[in-house]
Amino acid sequence: MSRNLAVAYGVATVLLAAAPLVLDAYWVDVLNSVGLYAVLALSLNLILGDAGLFNMGHAAFYAVGAYTAAILSTRLHVPILWALPVSGAAAALFAALVARPVIHLRGDYLLIVTIGMGEIVRIALVNDVLGLTGGANGIFGIARPSAFGFRIRRPQEFFYLIWAFVAATVFLFHRIAQSRFGRALNYLREDAVAAEGSGVNTARYKLIAFSLGAAWAGMAGGIYAAKMTIISPESFSFWESVLLFLIVILGGSGSIPGVIVGAFLVVGLPELFRGFASARMLVFGLAMMVMMVFRTQGLLPLRQVRFKHSDLVKAETAP
Amino acid sequence: MEQFLQQLTNGLAVGSIYALIALGYTMVYGVLKLINFAHGDLFTYGAYLGMTLLTSLLLKDRLGMVAGVLVLAGMVMGLVGLLGVILERAAYRPLRESPRLSAVVSALGASIFLQNALMLVYGARYQVYPEDILPQTAVSLLGFEIPLMRIVVFLASVVMMAALYLFVQKTKIGTAIRAAAIDQGAARLMGIDVDRVVLVVFLIGPALGGAAGLLVGLYYGQVNFTMGWIYGMKAFTAAILGGIGNIPGAMVGGLLLGVVEALGAAYLSIAWKDAIAFCVLILILIVRPTGLLGERVAEKV
Repeated sequence: MSRNLAVAYGVATVLLAAAPLVLDAYWVDVLNSVGLYAVLALSLNLILGDAGLFNMGHAAFYAVGAYTAAILSTRLHVPILWALPVSGAAAALFAALVARPVIHLRGDYLLIVTIGMGEIVRIALVNDVLGLTGGANGIFGIARPSAFGFRIRRPQEFFYLIWAFVAATVFLFHRIAQSRFGRALNYLREDAVAAEGSGVNTARYKLIAFSLGAAWAGMAGGIYAAKMTIISPESFSFWESVLLFLIVILGGSGSIPGVIVGAFLVVGLPELFRGFASARMLVFGLAMMVMMVFRTQGLLPLRQVRFKHSDLVKAETAP
Repeated sequence: MEQFLQQLTNGLAVGSIYALIALGYTMVYGVLKLINFAHGDLFTYGAYLGMTLLTSLLLKDRLGMVAGVLVLAGMVMGLVGLLGVILERAAYRPLRESPRLSAVVSALGASIFLQNALMLVYGARYQVYPEDILPQTAVSLLGFEIPLMRIVVFLASVVMMAALYLFVQKTKIGTAIRAAAIDQGAARLMGIDVDRVVLVVFLIGPALGGAAGLLVGLYYGQVNFTMGWIYGMKAFTAAILGGIGNIPGAMVGGLLLGVVEALGAAYLSIAWKDAIAFCVLILILIVRPTGLLGERVAEKV
């Protein structure tokens, strides 16, 4: 991580930690949404940005996680924070199962298949599959989370829970990006054939990226369920998947700070223009077209890691 | 038997509409290798334009029923075709050399833009077509009563598809379209003006999609500004089913999907109707990615 980025993260942390003291409940809630979408978009970024797999059905994994947490909470009375790992595991398992047969498809075909998968999940939820999801009304009465005997219910309290989760995600995903696994994903995104030739098992790496991204989206779903206490299929529509896709692309595909900036812009900025509620989507669509023409790589694009010559010499001479 | 025949004819009518829309997807994909996500919205524009022209120009009173509807169809097709050309100029041409993903995002942006522009003008509610355009009678066929509208929709689609097929097979520009779809670079070397081919494709595809929108308005009697998405997805499924890039494939795929969906909704479950198309889509991509008669889309890795 470069020094500038570290400073930026530090400033952002201080500003965000102070935000609930200054802002009213409404704006804190907006920031909560931004945080949730940031986590979701970061999880999609692992699939779309790092591995280059066009996934436009990410809302399905989010939904699986949210419904798992909700069912565990309402039927079995499992505390919601304990249910989060189960949410993640359920979403990862689901992703591995559905992605396995389609992972080899060419770019935009994968996009179409994941759209179809997302819609099938939504229709299944509306039709009350397995008799557990409550049909079109969804599930209500999900318990609030509690940590160390302290019950989290106000937006200000959720703010710290959500943004702590964002911070953990950012830290972990930076580590993944620098790991052998992350570099292998970038390799297969740039040139799958060369990666395969160099001994990267592309199908397996793609599948792991898919499952890991889905697991993270599933956990975000669990937090969403705890925050809302009510979930229904309409919260996981095609539009959610498009929004996440846009956050990643507009922010800067593959770039973690870019995706966070993207979440602020795509989720936070429209709140500033609520007065023009009906026209803002029009402008949004137009902005996407203009953006792709003039700045294809996103606002804060991924910067390739460069090695200094002295580092290489040092590495070569090292025992 | 009665139910089967009713569902079969209904499926053929709806399927012929899917086929008309699918032609736009498949032609654009053939030439540019681009999924035109805004195509479904152009279809919606056809439906809305048809409604507005129908109520404002009183074509039926001035020209009589048959001539009025034909003139209306011509106007809708021309206007939506023009819109398609403008869309190509604004959203796709600047991105011809860019990575695939940029064009996909631009197409999504265009789709969101078109959809919301329509909502701002007409409002978000369902809009109702005038009821007295075509007679709401039924025709007796093999002893069963089939609504006339169904037959009109089916025949109109078949006529347009036949015309397109002849155009692509017999004319010079049609040959150029087929050549550009097979190998754009080689077509350019043979002196084919590929930009002109793209222009023609973006004129004909949306024109057929607009006609499909008009037919849906006449068939169901009501339209909504978001309906382009679901019709677009199903038509795209039809294009994949037939083999994307393949014009007869889109026709076969559309009819097949319409029938499968209608029968599935009748005999399996009406609640899962919309999921049927998506299941077909995923199954075909897993089992036979080339579609019934077409190009290969899966990578060998």
